[in-house]
Amino acid sequence: MSKIINILLVGVGGQGTILASKILTNVALAQGYEVKMSEIHGMAQRGGSVVTQVRIGEDVHSPVIEPGEADYMVAFEQLEAYRWSHFLKKDGVLIVNTQKIVPLPVLIGAATYPENILVELKGRVEHFINLDGLKLASEAGNVKATNVVLMGVLSKYMDFPEDAWKNALVAGIPAKLLDLNMKAFASGVAEVK
Amino acid sequence: MSNVTNVLLCGVGGQGVLLASEVLALVAAEEKAQVKQTEVHGVAQRGGSVVSHLRFGDQVYSPTVRTGTGDILIAFERLEAVRYGHYLKPGGLMLINDIEVMPGQIGEYQPYPTGIIEFVQSKGFQIQEISATAQAKALGNPKVSSLIILGALSANLDMPQQAWERIIRKRIPPKLVDINLKAFKVGIEMAQARAQVAVSSV
Amino acid sequence: MTQEVGQRMLMAGNNAIARGAYEAGVYFASGYPGTPSTEILEVLSQHREIKAQWSANEKVAFDEAMGVAMSGKRALCSMKYVGLNVAADSFMVFPFAGTIGGFVVISADDPGMYSSQNEQDNRYFARLAEIPMIEPSDPQEAKDYLKLAYEISEKFSTPVLFRTSMRVSHSKGMVTLGERVKVGDSTSFVKDVPNWVVPIFAKSLKAKLDAKFAAITDYVETYEYNRIEKGTGKIGVITSGASYTYTKEILPEASVLKLAITYPLPKQMIIDFCAQYDKVYIIEELDSFIEDQIRVWGVTNLSGKDIFPRTGEFSPDILAKCLFNEQPMQDFSNEFNIISRPPQLCPGCPHRGAYLALKKSGALVTGDIGCYTLGSLPPLGAMHTSFAMGTSIGNAFGFELGGISKVAAVIGDATFIHGGIPSLIDIVYNGGNTTVVILDNSTTGMTGHQEHPATGQTLQGKEVPKLDLVNLVKALGVKHVQVADPFDQKAMYQAIKDALEHEGPSVVITNRPCIFARGEKQRPKTPYVIDIDKCTQCGACQRIGCPGVLPGEQAAIDDVSCTGCSLCAQACKFDAINLKGE
Repeated sequence: MSKIINILLVGVGGQGTILASKILTNVALAQGYEVKMSEIHGMAQRGGSVVTQVRIGEDVHSPVIEPGEADYMVAFEQLEAYRWSHFLKKDGVLIVNTQKIVPLPVLIGAATYPENILVELKGRVEHFINLDGLKLASEAGNVKATNVVLMGVLSKYMDFPEDAWKNALVAGIPAKLLDLNMKAFASGVAEVK
Repeated sequence: MSNVTNVLLCGVGGQGVLLASEVLALVAAEEKAQVKQTEVHGVAQRGGSVVSHLRFGDQVYSPTVRTGTGDILIAFERLEAVRYGHYLKPGGLMLINDIEVMPGQIGEYQPYPTGIIEFVQSKGFQIQEISATAQAKALGNPKVSSLIILGALSANLDMPQQAWERIIRKRIPPKLVDINLKAFKVGIEMAQARAQVAVSSV
Repeated sequence: MTQEVGQRMLMAGNNAIARGAYEAGVYFASGYPGTPSTEILEVLSQHREIKAQWSANEKVAFDEAMGVAMSGKRALCSMKYVGLNVAADSFMVFPFAGTIGGFVVISADDPGMYSSQNEQDNRYFARLAEIPMIEPSDPQEAKDYLKLAYEISEKFSTPVLFRTSMRVSHSKGMVTLGERVKVGDSTSFVKDVPNWVVPIFAKSLKAKLDAKFAAITDYVETYEYNRIEKGTGKIGVITSGASYTYTKEILPEASVLKLAITYPLPKQMIIDFCAQYDKVYIIEELDSFIEDQIRVWGVTNLSGKDIFPRTGEFSPDILAKCLFNEQPMQDFSNEFNIISRPPQLCPGCPHRGAYLALKKSGALVTGDIGCYTLGSLPPLGAMHTSFAMGTSIGNAFGFELGGISKVAAVIGDATFIHGGIPSLIDIVYNGGNTTVVILDNSTTGMTGHQEHPATGQTLQGKEVPKLDLVNLVKALGVKHVQVADPFDQKAMYQAIKDALEHEGPSVVITNRPCIFARGEKQRPKTPYVIDIDKCTQCGACQRIGCPGVLPGEQAAIDDVSCTGCSLCAQACKFDAINLKGE
């Protein structure tokens, strides 16, 4: 890797974006790359928007990704995909979990959840894939493993060997939950044809 | 600033230095266009050294007196006269109350220095020693020593006596006014007697 | 002294500030005692039309004044400069929202550290908070500038920092009095969440603050009270505050740009001024606050901290020395042994009793800010650290955590209320063993004996229930609490010993008032006297460091200053010291 790979993970507080980014960075570190990561996690616990920026390369300085610079974007929720889509490169890859989490303004009737987000995004982005991560995770054994499903999807687009991802899962996930997370990861991988 | 009079009052916390300088400042305020006075009074209550700067005239900017320019230095205690003596101009007037208040000791015991009067005389200042504290005790209240000192000072400044008396009446609590006025007059008399002695001994 | 409109009278800077607040129509003033600001609130409180109060600490004072300002009335908050460190949290955020009624914060700095623990230059606070700052140079300005400060505050809805210094606050000068602005009693706060709930709306409020400050910077460019006094010759001076008065003494012919508003600076006015002279001197005490800003604009014909000191206050002598190499008259200490006269704990001070017992215990004693700080000096030498208000308790726990055994913290009653309570809570919560000795002398002593929540009276003389320190400490979870009489050395020492040996947090509270506490001066006192027949001249009574016990070969007691506390008698092993008349 002579250049830097920029990955953006976006979602809603509580969806596990931070754990996912930890797995991703562990994969990169194990492969000998330098990683810079930044997140703003204050509002995460309270259902606010969460963004994690991961930069991987041989020599990484800034931890911050600018709009139009993300090679990959993994969106854990539709509206968040829409909100951050301008960060993606023209030929970048957008992975969207189709889950909708209704934000407060919509709940109190002050706004409406936008329609046709997926159609919009598909039209704008060169490499687009959406999936029902929640359903796949549920089938693997627990809806909380949605984040690992999405990592499975991402792993198919990135250049790291699959074993590296599996090792990162073993290192990062408590033993008794490993089985279900491996299943979740595999179902994510299977989504990419 | 040609016609500015520079006065310093110094002594030990609790001796009435700041009260005296306030009275002097108030008198000057009635008579002069501009008066500036300043002190650092934090340690006054706790037996530390106290110095008050006072300047008055047509136009006064800085409240602090420059070293070597003071017209009059009034020391309520001997050691303080030496500590602040360098503020006095060559040949300036030094009024010294002739008591010695031992400083609080830090570390090794240091005796109260001797030869103070000889030393300040050797500097070429005009020295007037007054027994203000002794006289105040004779009057029945050692605390009026500061007013005796003010009386002696007033004899060396050209401000009307009525102004002094008016301010003393205003500033001092009513039941203490009489004894303080008396003390003030005693101070004037002491200064005038000394002047007469000086003249007659020529 | 009566005060009438139009009257010209001699006034101290702080009294003039108080008068200025009165004339500016201030409705409420809060603060905490601290040299050189204390007199401001004391004098202001004498005006019964103004609600004035000592608050528990400067942050509380600030928050209260904020509330008054937000209700639409003019509010004043006064403190010593380090007090702004305490209030800084609110001070830094309030400008984001702005104010409704005029809001002025007074910071009284102490260049030269006559009565302070450090020499920080509080002008930076104005810059840090993005608010304007005004600085008087003498008592007349100290009065007049309050009105100006409130006008600016309300014109731009901004807090204003009014910065004074020891020399301006504690100097007297002639002041002409003015009228009090009419004060209405209507309130005007509108519940507008996006303006007043700053943490959530900070981003948009910051943009507003920046725009507001740009407008203030423009306004200041032609501010009439920043004035140029044209002189003869090729030298210019830019100055403010007390330094202006020294400049006028030493450089009477120079052209002077006197700044009233010292932040933001009038950039074009300054650049134009500097262009007219070969050399411009920036005469400012402490940091190169003004000089640095001017240099950034590319002005190079300046001289400032290359010749003037960065520490200590200025004086005409110092200016003459730096500018012309004129040496001031040296004091006579080279030629004569002028022994020092340090301040000490007063005769009859209860802290002396506590310290004698602590010294005997051999504990490491962490200390705090107050009269009792003097207990660190010889001959007591019984307090070993001191930094800032309320620090002693946390420090003591820290020493314990660091592995040092036998540590006790001393803290005054006012200081404990100011900032010691959370620290004591923490010792209980985090499982410490620390001993805390609250030196309760029923007053805020060092600053001139002000009242506080545990003395039973407010600043404006209202009798109120006393904060019960014993029960407060128990309610915080401290199980071992003991009240001890510092004038009973045996009992005091036992209380400290028990506290140090107790497993778990312990508090000892002393119970003798300061000799200057309310009501104490009038109490009749019987002095002690030394029987020279019994006296062996061992010096033990002198070693307690009481000014009432005169030094010398034969000790004697000064019966004018002796208050009869009996500590010297207890130090005597020969029963040579007894009450007069016994």
